[in-house]
Amino acid sequence: MELFIIFFSAAVVNNFVLTYFLGICPFIGVSNKISSAFSMGLATTFVMTITAIVTWLIYHLILVEFHLEFLEYVSFILVIASLVQFVEMFIKKISQPLYRALGIFLPLITTNCAILGLALFIVLKDYSFIEGIFYGVGAGAGFTLAITIMAGIREELDIADVPKPFQGAPITLIIAGILALAFMGFSGMISG
Amino acid sequence: MDITLIIAIATMGGLAFIFAGGLAFADKKLRVEENPLIAKINDVLPGANCGACGKAGCYDFATNLVEGKVNVNGCPVGGIETAKLLAEIMGVEVNDTIKYYPRILCKGGINEAATKMTKYYGPLDCKSMHLVSGGDKLCFYGCLGGGDCVEACPFNALFMNEDGIPELIEANCTGCSMCIKACPRNIIEMHPADRNVFVFCKNHDNPKQSKNVCSVACMGCGICARPSEGGVVMENDLAVINYDKFDDSKIPFEKCRTGSIAKLHENDKSTIIN
Repeated sequence: MELFIIFFSAAVVNNFVLTYFLGICPFIGVSNKISSAFSMGLATTFVMTITAIVTWLIYHLILVEFHLEFLEYVSFILVIASLVQFVEMFIKKISQPLYRALGIFLPLITTNCAILGLALFIVLKDYSFIEGIFYGVGAGAGFTLAITIMAGIREELDIADVPKPFQGAPITLIIAGILALAFMGFSGMISG
Repeated sequence: MDITLIIAIATMGGLAFIFAGGLAFADKKLRVEENPLIAKINDVLPGANCGACGKAGCYDFATNLVEGKVNVNGCPVGGIETAKLLAEIMGVEVNDTIKYYPRILCKGGINEAATKMTKYYGPLDCKSMHLVSGGDKLCFYGCLGGGDCVEACPFNALFMNEDGIPELIEANCTGCSMCIKACPRNIIEMHPADRNVFVFCKNHDNPKQSKNVCSVACMGCGICARPSEGGVVMENDLAVINYDKFDDSKIPFEKCRTGSIAKLHENDKSTIIN
């Protein structure tokens, strides 16, 4: 039950994108088609899950052991960058069109603050190894949920009559704001 | 030296080494063998990603070309120059391709076409006007003057003249036919560059009606069709040229009362602009 609450909290109540406003750039950048948005969500989920596992191991088995906690940012970034590089190779291998659809946003997962945020949150909240994994999967699921909802709305938006000054980025940001408003309805259900 | 510093360097170095090793291994396993020809071809292509070749974009065209699914002259935008470069890369012979230009087959601008009693208020693009009521002009077949084709042109080869009819700047035109897809009334057609006689009208109204709606409409009198020996046929009160049997020496251009069948360059300002 405890684990489910952690998962649900990361995915919905404290959704990384819509509550913490982390990882906005792919959320806006890749959310114009459901299929590529969903794939982006899956790629991010994969990176988040592995990041949660590896950073937990590194932090608790190496950094704490040698009193090197001050290296947490550097080592976390190292982990994330390597993982993203791996995911990029993998996607290029399995699907060229997807690789081109994700474009620059794929390597940009490296500097996605949602992922570094996740690694730091796990340290901050002092989660155990299993809890950390659930938190990572939950955060990834939350990101996928948010970006897919956004893509669904934006696909409908293509045929809507948007006033000229709002076309493009402005209407997207407004929708993101309204979505965040909806997700704020969950706040307080589970603390932290 | 401080012991913490040494441990820190050793740890980070060790971690970096492990990850680097992992990535090197992954690179070996997951490397995509990409044909270097594709990148080379992609560089030669115009890069407009217009889709006129029928593929998803220039990169897709390049991939298909390497796989032998399309021909070197498959890119209508690049034309003969690109075809030659592609043939050189692919090591094949190129046959000269004929260049195609879009021809705007309506001359009924604001000065020629009659307007309705009612005024159209609404979005001023051709698609909307065509959907709603056909804009202000009485003619149901002619140019709406909204400039959708001008907007659709990725190469700035079209402009609206003072009469409200689009005109072609041949020097800029690549023959991508995006303007044809943009026109809701199908007034623009692709024709070989050396073809110069057209019926500049699409109006199928009966003679009386077409005289009312536009001063340059084809009335369907058939005066051009009779001596043409099948070169011009009448279809629902509109002269249509059958280019297979067509011989322009047999057409009495001067007898056409509205001038809707004419040679292209006699009254085409775009050639002067060039």
